Amino acid sequence: MEKQAAISAEIATIEAADAGTGTAQPRLDYPPYRSTLLRHPTKDPHHADPETIERWAPCFGHQDVGELEADLTVQHAGVPIGERMVVTGRVTDGDGRPVAHQLVEIWQANASGRYLHKRDQHPAPLDPNFTGVGRCLTDADGTYRFVTVKPGPYPWRNHLNAWRPAHIHFSVFGTAFTQRLITQMYFPGDPLFALDPIYQSITDPRARERLVAAYDHDVTSPEWSTGYRWDIVLTGSHQTPLEQP
Amino acid sequence: MTTPGQTVGPFFHYALPYPRGAELVPPGSPGAIRLHGHVVDGNGDPVPDALLELWQADPDGRVVRAGGSLRRDGWTFTGWGRAATDAAGHYSFATLPPGPTEPGRAPFFALTVFARGLTDRLCTRAYLPGDPAALAADPLLSGLPAERRATLIATPDDRGLVFDVRLQGARETVFLSFPGRR
Ligand SMILES: [Fe+3]
Repeated sequence: MEKQAAISAEIATIEAADAGTGTAQPRLDYPPYRSTLLRHPTKDPHHADPETIERWAPCFGHQDVGELEADLTVQHAGVPIGERMVVTGRVTDGDGRPVAHQLVEIWQANASGRYLHKRDQHPAPLDPNFTGVGRCLTDADGTYRFVTVKPGPYPWRNHLNAWRPAHIHFSVFGTAFTQRLITQMYFPGDPLFALDPIYQSITDPRARERLVAAYDHDVTSPEWSTGYRWDIVLTGSHQTPLEQP
Repeated sequence: MTTPGQTVGPFFHYALPYPRGAELVPPGSPGAIRLHGHVVDGNGDPVPDALLELWQADPDGRVVRAGGSLRRDGWTFTGWGRAATDAAGHYSFATLPPGPTEPGRAPFFALTVFARGLTDRLCTRAYLPGDPAALAADPLLSGLPAERRATLIATPDDRGLVFDVRLQGARETVFLSFPGRR
């Protein structure tokens, strides 16, 4: 396996080549992330005007999501180990409109950096009181809110001594199919950012910084938990306000 | 500034798939069809850690506005489902064929593809093969060379339709970019 220095050199070369032209989305063809080699489409995406079904997104409602699913610290008999944390923010579309009453899903490693997933072989402890999966619906203002613990960084086998910065996976729907987003939220100041081919696959520095939450002392609560704020901006909805299905 | 996507990674299986997620209708119920296929990489090898989401109109061409996809009641058609690929790279949905959302238009399933090694989601369409005139008139399909067009049209089998997703290669699936977003 390559050493980190070789991967970092590849990251730097691509970033230099993309300087000033980096896009808001990750490069699909990004060799430092080795699993992309055989999985990135080689042809340019075909431009499409969204048709009727693509201008709408599926509906989710209170029958789909239980109230307690937004609190990842109350899903077991005991309290999970780690830094208790509130993560909240707003989901808006590209025109600044809130994405109201829509599904947000998260999953994450525990405080030790271990997923409750059979393929995760990282020899860090599982936490019997932490599954690491949450769901909620945004409110009328587009606000989501989760209670969880801060995930740890974890090793992966992309290259020798490869470590992922701590992150929470987010799955978000807009009001249109075209806005569907799965992404990852990171924490400010992580020393692993520069080394991570997944984070660096977004070659525009300003764009990838959109994935970093902000510590917010107004979200922190006394004697209870720290707080982070992270807003999610989707693309325009392609939907006129008066359009009916 | 738009929030960028990131890979779904290898560890989504315990979080995103859910019971009956791929069953928009109960399998074997009247009118049910199977939409299934394989996801393959540039070597033609199966992709066992991909996730597909299906979004479609109902058989009358209506956009469904009903919740209940995550906890199905067995009676409500929500038009949306989610399926992970298995160890052989195979996915399968039980659903109903979508109708045309406008008269004369070619009906299709809208699909989103996620996978480990895919830095962002991909969007595509699986068109129903039944109406050659509508397919020939479709604005998206008619803008494609014939061999690429074929990658977007499902093929019939004994229980429904087959639609393979090829991430790379000579028969690479056509993936779509929408205004403002890849
Ligand atoms: Fe992860």
